[in-house]
Amino acid sequence: MATVANKLPGWKDLPIGGLIEKPGTSEAYKTGDWRSDRPIWDAEKCIDCKICWMYCPDSSIKLSAEGKVDGIDYMHCKGCGICAEECPKKVNAITMHPESEFHGEK
Amino acid sequence: MAITKDRIALTGNEAIALAMKQINPDVCAAYPITPATEIMQIFASYVADGAVDTELVAVESEHSAMSATIGACAAGARSMTATSSQGLALMWEMLYIAAGLRLPIVMPMVNRALSAPINIHCDHSDSMGARDSGWIQINSENSQEAYDNLIQAMRISEHPDVLLPSMVTFDGFIISHCMEPVETYSNEAIQEFIGAYKAPYALLDIDNPITVGAIDFHDFYFEHRRALAEPMLNTVIPVVEEIGREFGKKFGRTYELFETYKLDDAEVAIVVLGSTAGTAKVVIDELRAKGVKAGMLKIRLYRPFPYAQVAEVLKNVKAVAVLDRSDGLAGFGGPVFGEIRSALYDLPKRPITTNYVYGLGGRDVTLAHIASVYNDLLAIVSEGAPQNLVNYLGVRE
Repeated sequence: MATVANKLPGWKDLPIGGLIEKPGTSEAYKTGDWRSDRPIWDAEKCIDCKICWMYCPDSSIKLSAEGKVDGIDYMHCKGCGICAEECPKKVNAITMHPESEFHGEK
Repeated sequence: MAITKDRIALTGNEAIALAMKQINPDVCAAYPITPATEIMQIFASYVADGAVDTELVAVESEHSAMSATIGACAAGARSMTATSSQGLALMWEMLYIAAGLRLPIVMPMVNRALSAPINIHCDHSDSMGARDSGWIQINSENSQEAYDNLIQAMRISEHPDVLLPSMVTFDGFIISHCMEPVETYSNEAIQEFIGAYKAPYALLDIDNPITVGAIDFHDFYFEHRRALAEPMLNTVIPVVEEIGREFGKKFGRTYELFETYKLDDAEVAIVVLGSTAGTAKVVIDELRAKGVKAGMLKIRLYRPFPYAQVAEVLKNVKAVAVLDRSDGLAGFGGPVFGEIRSALYDLPKRPITTNYVYGLGGRDVTLAHIASVYNDLLAIVSEGAPQNLVNYLGVRE
């Protein structure tokens, strides 16, 4: 944590008043590290119904250039588990796993 | 070229409304509250008469008044409002946001007691409660000072090394509704003094889109709050001094961080804010005629507090009574007492200090009250310590 904090700018280098000098910056903000459970998507099982994509509150279901479900955006996914809950039970392409199982791997 | 001056009879509220007319801000959003109501009532007539270019926003509460003022200022407009007492209390969360966003809003604030019990008269509980909100606080003894301070506050707040909101305070009814001669200046002279407004940033600058009011967590919040502290620590005080001198050169009345009255050789002194200073000056003159070395320190700039400068002017006094027109309910007297004790702490030889909470809810403070404080101070000097650290002046036992 200390090494990460050292890379961030000091108080003298920040724009005034908490200003961000461009719009639409929330996409650049990493919220994935809030996650305690990680959704794992199984490409073999997925039927591309896009129910997970419709329900995801953080727009974290990735779509390919052809518009097909293409995995999870772990930079923004907060691990709420709605995708796994909404994935049809017969398909079961998304399952939740504790982050501790991944030992900090991306 | 000599500055045109008029000497006219005005109440404090009338003087402030006139100053706002002459400042001609882009946006005012306000909600009425006694005893500040008249300010925006008079200003609204200026808007209706086309005497100003201001967009006046009539809102449904003081929370909305400050919110709209913040929104207008973030959009890039020179923005003002006015309030008092419960109105300031209702603005609370927005006060911190105005400061955190570094918006140079200037607000006349008419001092009035806070409920409960309900009271519409003067004390300083309202602005004292906002002393840690990141607003600059400038106190005025009379209508002339309120008028002059409001004009200077525009320059102070908008100074590129400051960029913080300011409240200019004066005593409810005692000043806000009392008519006295006020020297006013021409619109042109005031416009020349305050200059054109240059916003630190502007949401309406669509060629340079920005994000205002974004969330911060443990990774950035601390740095942003440290940056907010910087002008309070280092730049506001020299800017207030510089603007006060410049104002003096242009308009003939120089303003400093505080006013000292017969303090240079004083053995006993009081520290006071607002209109009570006028009463104290009369008492000091009477005491001086009797050979008592009495003096006074009247605080003008309360936030940031000029600790070092205050210690310097009080260092040779034997005993100091701090008069607080609000009770901090801290178990240790009023807020000004805490500031003064702290300011004196680093002196190698400190004056003895004592505190008087007085004048709550508009309770009159008379010459006799002030004289009794000086009598107490003389006893403290001979006895070496005060009987009570915290006293309540003029309350019925």
